[in-house]
Amino acid sequence: MSTGNIAIYILVMAGVTYLIRMLPFTLFRKEIQSQFFKSFLYYVPYAVLSAMTIPSIFYATGNPITAAAGTVTAVLLAYFRKPLIVVALAASAAAFVTDVALQYLG
Amino acid sequence: MSPFLKGMRHGIPIALGYLSVSFGFGILAAKHFSTAVATIISASNLTSAGQLAGLNIMAECAPSIASFLEMALTQLIINMRYGLMGISLSQKLDGTFNTPRRMLTSFGITDEIFAVASSQEGKITARYLYGMILIAFLGWTGGTFLGASAGEILPQSLTDAMGLALYGMFLAIIIPPARKSKGVLLVVITAAALSLVFKYLMPFITSGFAVILCAVAAAALGAFLCPVREEENA
Repeated sequence: MSTGNIAIYILVMAGVTYLIRMLPFTLFRKEIQSQFFKSFLYYVPYAVLSAMTIPSIFYATGNPITAAAGTVTAVLLAYFRKPLIVVALAASAAAFVTDVALQYLG
Repeated sequence: MSPFLKGMRHGIPIALGYLSVSFGFGILAAKHFSTAVATIISASNLTSAGQLAGLNIMAECAPSIASFLEMALTQLIINMRYGLMGISLSQKLDGTFNTPRRMLTSFGITDEIFAVASSQEGKITARYLYGMILIAFLGWTGGTFLGASAGEILPQSLTDAMGLALYGMFLAIIIPPARKSKGVLLVVITAAALSLVFKYLMPFITSGFAVILCAVAAAALGAFLCPVREEENA
């Protein structure tokens, strides 16, 4: 593909993505009064992250067993309110250790 | 601590999570394009799902007006959630947010930056967001560069495991408040259940669009059954 066409693709991709982010954030100035809409917006991030995590997390490593090991580790540590980075790295570490153990056993 | 440094500190886990995920994106992108192209895509888009879909279009479709339109429509649908997040986050900005500052910080609205910023108590400042966005941007772009230039050196089991880091962070964001608030718990369970329905019963709905539908339905249900009191929303 020519450099020009690659540039057009990237411009379209980045331009559309930026406008979706910028327009509502910049133009929306009012303080929302509606109790329902306020509550709705308060819940949106939790709903987005939950929907993005389930069931994708079980496919994240390419092996459902190592992914499940990482998921259980993350859920337990998050339940006990460990910091974000601890939960994130422990999930990866658990999946890696499980993978190594499976190869050793198998 | 200054707001900028506080933002950077809060952005470190995001940056580390991004580093591992964008490393994988770099590996994929390098199969079709140069390291420079892969890095420019990450630096100009700062989003995971949209970039992956965009990369697939670039790799598979011969350039034409139709394929450019497909690119635009795909990004619109996958990234529409950022518009919703922008409206939500706009309610938490302090008084110093003028138009240029909004235009600048809007570039950094991602799932994780949005989640961490909106879980802060009280209003947030522009400097706080600058710090968080800067370090997250460096993690995302740097990880892509490293993945594109060196990804094949690492063992497969290590790069596979790194794919879990971002999801682990998501769980760490949603589980503690779900313990505390019945409303959050209801929303989290509803969204997860709907997501399973879309994935296994309606696979013809793209993942980006499914996330929008799940989020709107679950958040609306939560707002209807468990309206948030003023002080929790501050």
